[in-house]
Amino acid sequence: MIEIRELTKTYGSTTAVSDLTFTVRPGVVTGFLGPNGAGKSTTMRMILGLDEPTSGSVLVNGRPPRSHAAPLHEIGGMLDPRAVHPSRSAYHHLLAIAQTSGIRKCRVDEVIDAVGLRSVAKRRAGKFSLGMSQRLGIAAALLGDPATVVLDEPVNGLDVEGIRWIRGLLSELAAQGKTVFVSSHLMSEIAQTATHLIVIGRGQMIANTSIDEFMQQAAPTSVRVRSSDSDVLARQLRGPGVTVTRAADGALTITGASAAQVGAVAGAAGITVFELATEQASLEDVFVGLTQDAVDYRAAI
Amino acid sequence: MTATTHDSLPAAAGLPAYRQAQRVSQVRVIRAEWTKLRTQPSSYWTLLATLILVVGFGLGYSLLRVARPPHGAADIAAFDPAAISLSGVQLAQIAIGVLGVLLITSEYATGLIKTTFAAVPRRLPVLWSKAVMVAASIAVVSVPAAFAAFAGGQSILARQHLSVQFSEPGVARAVIGSALYLAVIGLLGLGLGALIRNAAGAIAALFGVLYGLPLAANFLPGSMAVNVTKYLPANAGQAVTTVHPDPTMLQPWTGFGVLCAYAAVLLAFSAARMRRGDA
Repeated sequence: MIEIRELTKTYGSTTAVSDLTFTVRPGVVTGFLGPNGAGKSTTMRMILGLDEPTSGSVLVNGRPPRSHAAPLHEIGGMLDPRAVHPSRSAYHHLLAIAQTSGIRKCRVDEVIDAVGLRSVAKRRAGKFSLGMSQRLGIAAALLGDPATVVLDEPVNGLDVEGIRWIRGLLSELAAQGKTVFVSSHLMSEIAQTATHLIVIGRGQMIANTSIDEFMQQAAPTSVRVRSSDSDVLARQLRGPGVTVTRAADGALTITGASAAQVGAVAGAAGITVFELATEQASLEDVFVGLTQDAVDYRAAI
Repeated sequence: MTATTHDSLPAAAGLPAYRQAQRVSQVRVIRAEWTKLRTQPSSYWTLLATLILVVGFGLGYSLLRVARPPHGAADIAAFDPAAISLSGVQLAQIAIGVLGVLLITSEYATGLIKTTFAAVPRRLPVLWSKAVMVAASIAVVSVPAAFAAFAGGQSILARQHLSVQFSEPGVARAVIGSALYLAVIGLLGLGLGALIRNAAGAIAALFGVLYGLPLAANFLPGSMAVNVTKYLPANAGQAVTTVHPDPTMLQPWTGFGVLCAYAAVLLAFSAARMRRGDA
């Protein structure tokens, strides 16, 4: 469980995170979304006790992150998969982390097997591909069997197989009752795994909802219909709570009515329907729409 | 297979729970730092360089002095056979300082320090463990190196009857003191590295402290230069490495104490900076 209250972080005159309040619950995968520069990594560093909040508080499993006696059992984090000594082997990298808490060597072997790095465990970690580095970072995060797992952009730069692997792993961890908090700047990476979403932009909260609610609130579904008489159909459909717009090809886009209702109205008026479809904005569209104003570094057009 | 073909690794087997007790302790962090030290190539290079410089330079300079023995009363009076055989310490101190610097700055350079501090959130046990590792690993090399340089150097100087015995007053202190001096210089490097957090900056600062400050002190007017110079880290520490200390220097163990105090103050400052604030 991660509880964040009125969290603010400033670096000099730059505000990276501003007055964030949210709770990340155990048992589900929570996605942490925002454009690059939104303050996701800063927030995660504060959750791991690496950066001090300027104001506000972070509690991990009920305590401030730096106060745990067995930190690796409470929080497992991966911030930067490339943060390894290039000459040290994956095994010794993990061993040194494990030894700080007296975690046994057999556990190091267990996590190496679990992330599939057995064949390269004795190799210099500096020679690893990004995908292998991600696996090594995740292995380090899982060493202490932590109750809370925090991963910054774990899918970044992975191939299809790697992405599928991480999705399976995250669901598995959540199913074990762990708190799983995963950031991404791409909605599509997170949509299939996360059931809850925290969306921030420019350090501020934009949304804190389940994926389903997020979709409904941000992008009501619409119905697209092409018919033999658009004018009459549009007149018949318009009413309280229903809007109708006409596209260039003569099709109508209706919000506020279901496809079944549109079909019934057309049938009653004797209008032939050529095409009838429910349309939903993709999660990515919703995300981009929401965060449009909050993108710090947009290419000048 | 090459490294780049490994992206298609087997999928995760279910990771079992880990139910053994775990807890951070100073001893465990020391163990972790030992793992890091022995798997970091720079440790071996700097320690090997120290060994070669202390022994090799000591023997070389002894050979040189055998070929050119002292002439005249003043020259003979100033002739310090122990110091000649231990002269490599003056060169080795940079290698050993770099060991201390790199043990901490490599973690900042790679970002590994964040992983380290996430595992040891109180942070200071990491600094103390690195200090223990620096001092211990240097002593393991510098004590035998100093003895070897002394023994080898004296056997060379003995050809011209210029050698001293280990049992003569002040000789054992100079030999052991040289080895200890190097260990404290390693801690000075660690302190500078922890404070500056950047290898190039910290190594430059180390050069400044060891060689720059004594040079700068020469610009001070007469008696002031002498009084300031003897309290500089390198000069104070080197008092313990000579059999017949220069009268302008501090007493041997006093000087060594002053050097230790510098290292302690530097580590205290870096501890204060490390403990709070952002990693």
